[in-house]
Amino acid sequence: MSAVANVEDLKKYFPVQKSFFERLFTRTRDFVKAVDGISFSIRRGEVFTLAGESGCGKTTAGKLLVRLLEPTGGKIFFDDKDITNLNGEELRLLRRKIQIIFQDPYASLNPRMRIGPAVGHPLEIHNLAKGTEKRRNVMEILEKVGLTPSEQFIDLYPHQLSGGQRQRAALARSLITEPEFVVADEPVSMIDVSLRTTLIDLMLDLRKELGLTYLFITHDLAVAKYISDRIAIMYLGKIIEMGEKGEIFLNPLHPYTQALLSAIPVPDPERKRKTIELKGEVPSAINIPSGCRFHPRCPKAFDRCPLEEPALLDIGKDHFVACHLY
Amino acid sequence: MNNDVISLPLLEIDSLTTDYRTRRGNIRAVDNVSFTLGKGETLGLVGESGSGKSTLGLSIIRLVPTPGVIVNGHIRIDETDILSLSEEEMRSIRGKKVAFVFQDPMTSLNPVKKVGAHFVELIRTHEPNVSERETPERAKKALNDVGILPERINDYPHQFSGGMRQRIMIALAIALNPDLVIADEPTTALDVIVQAKILDLLKSLRDTYGMALILITHDLSIVLERCDKIIVMYAGNLVEYASSMELHKNPRHPYTQGLLQSIPNIELAEQKLEAIPGSPPNLLNPPKGCQFWPRCSFAKKRCRVEEPPIIESSSGHFVRCFREARNLERSRKC
Repeated sequence: MSAVANVEDLKKYFPVQKSFFERLFTRTRDFVKAVDGISFSIRRGEVFTLAGESGCGKTTAGKLLVRLLEPTGGKIFFDDKDITNLNGEELRLLRRKIQIIFQDPYASLNPRMRIGPAVGHPLEIHNLAKGTEKRRNVMEILEKVGLTPSEQFIDLYPHQLSGGQRQRAALARSLITEPEFVVADEPVSMIDVSLRTTLIDLMLDLRKELGLTYLFITHDLAVAKYISDRIAIMYLGKIIEMGEKGEIFLNPLHPYTQALLSAIPVPDPERKRKTIELKGEVPSAINIPSGCRFHPRCPKAFDRCPLEEPALLDIGKDHFVACHLY
Repeated sequence: MNNDVISLPLLEIDSLTTDYRTRRGNIRAVDNVSFTLGKGETLGLVGESGSGKSTLGLSIIRLVPTPGVIVNGHIRIDETDILSLSEEEMRSIRGKKVAFVFQDPMTSLNPVKKVGAHFVELIRTHEPNVSERETPERAKKALNDVGILPERINDYPHQFSGGMRQRIMIALAIALNPDLVIADEPTTALDVIVQAKILDLLKSLRDTYGMALILITHDLSIVLERCDKIIVMYAGNLVEYASSMELHKNPRHPYTQGLLQSIPNIELAEQKLEAIPGSPPNLLNPPKGCQFWPRCSFAKKRCRVEEPPIIESSSGHFVRCFREARNLERSRKC
């Protein structure tokens, strides 16, 4: 299987704002290491998920991939072409092929723009269609995402739609340029449970129909399990475990993944839960712990962990883990 | 005294109806809801956004924001009808008898007050006899109960993480040893690991202090795992009420059945999720008859015209559905 996107040692450090006096008395600059050297490749036609808690860097990673943020280091390849430093016209052309859907459909649609023009806007930007042809394309894509009959939705304003319908409109807008690759950043976390499944199923159906590849970003591992082919678990800016969905859920190896999975509520009153207790809370991404960044909270840490950073190693069956235990 | 009555319920809600009188029209957020809650019980209130679960919770402490009005029904806490109390009397119940934990710990603590000051205000208001020396001791004990170092009483809210702030909110809620704690989405803003810790904490506090707990959430997994009883709300109506065991094994309302089929379970190897078609009604213009019929695959003519009754399908299991009424009639005839 060929890779659609390839990421090598990608980094994003955000400088910390300091007050005038702090700058007078300190020489060093502090950085929030949001993404601190991650590598993965996404295969054509798959759903690859970046999962982790808030602050782990999953959203930053997604924005780096679609070039909404400039990376501090590392490389991004799309269809084997280095896109890390593209800009101007070349970047504009790339944006047709790579699209992103955001979490909040209330914020990502312009409240003063009707659904039709909003969804059709990318066609204008990319000079793909105008006038009646544009309208026809818009109606076609609205039907595809289930906003049917499309004549009814095309002239509505976002506030006239429900949350689920808005997210469908956002999905339509991202798909109208016929992209190959879509980054979906928590697309269902603000949608009610009873509507979530329809939206996920729609995304999966469209993947087949339109030959899409998804990078799915979520904090919800139950959703990740339903939608993904492969999952990468992030902690403090690093991927600590990555593999096929079945491997991650049935055979989690990293102590953090194990703790994370044990904390997910299971809809069954008869199940006796055995949550793995973690010490403390996620440390700040400014002062990342030495060695393995998980060692201060790890129930299985030993003397090597604070000293040496574990690499993400292949332990067979396409399963990668960054832990000194393996 | 009747010998059958073992203990009186702590909370009795009888045909409670709460409206929001908006400029665009009347919204019936809670429609004729009745249930009781015993001492020390844990009740889960689940529903989607707009189902009325939060309004129901806020009605119990009479804090429904304007333009919300409780238009009908009774709420009794320990036999006292709180709807007939004056605002002054009501204030002595909030915090002391019934405490509320809100969803967002970032906005519910005063950012310019130290953590300790929040406790001083609470304790002084409700128990003016407590001495000045004793107040911080009480606060420290409450903080210790929720796993926060008592020394941190002099820190400001921003010095704590989201999970710790929610612990402080819980400490404030239990500081006066209330009989009932209502927690409205207490873990929705938190990550799963912190969520599990907070829910474990609520459970252990309940075991220690014997308070009753109403957990309001959109997450059916949480209530199935954590609560004794569950109320499922839909468009302002109580559609099903049962013990969590019963609800899990034997869900009767089509909406509950649909919800159970649409939540992913990480412990199942392969799972096909079934979606509920359509979307919840606009409460400014609700459908006639059963609120759920436009999305229900069992809907009959009658469902579109008449409101379904609440049926006790088996002991302690209540369902608001005509299909259940028909089933029950059929089994009686046999």
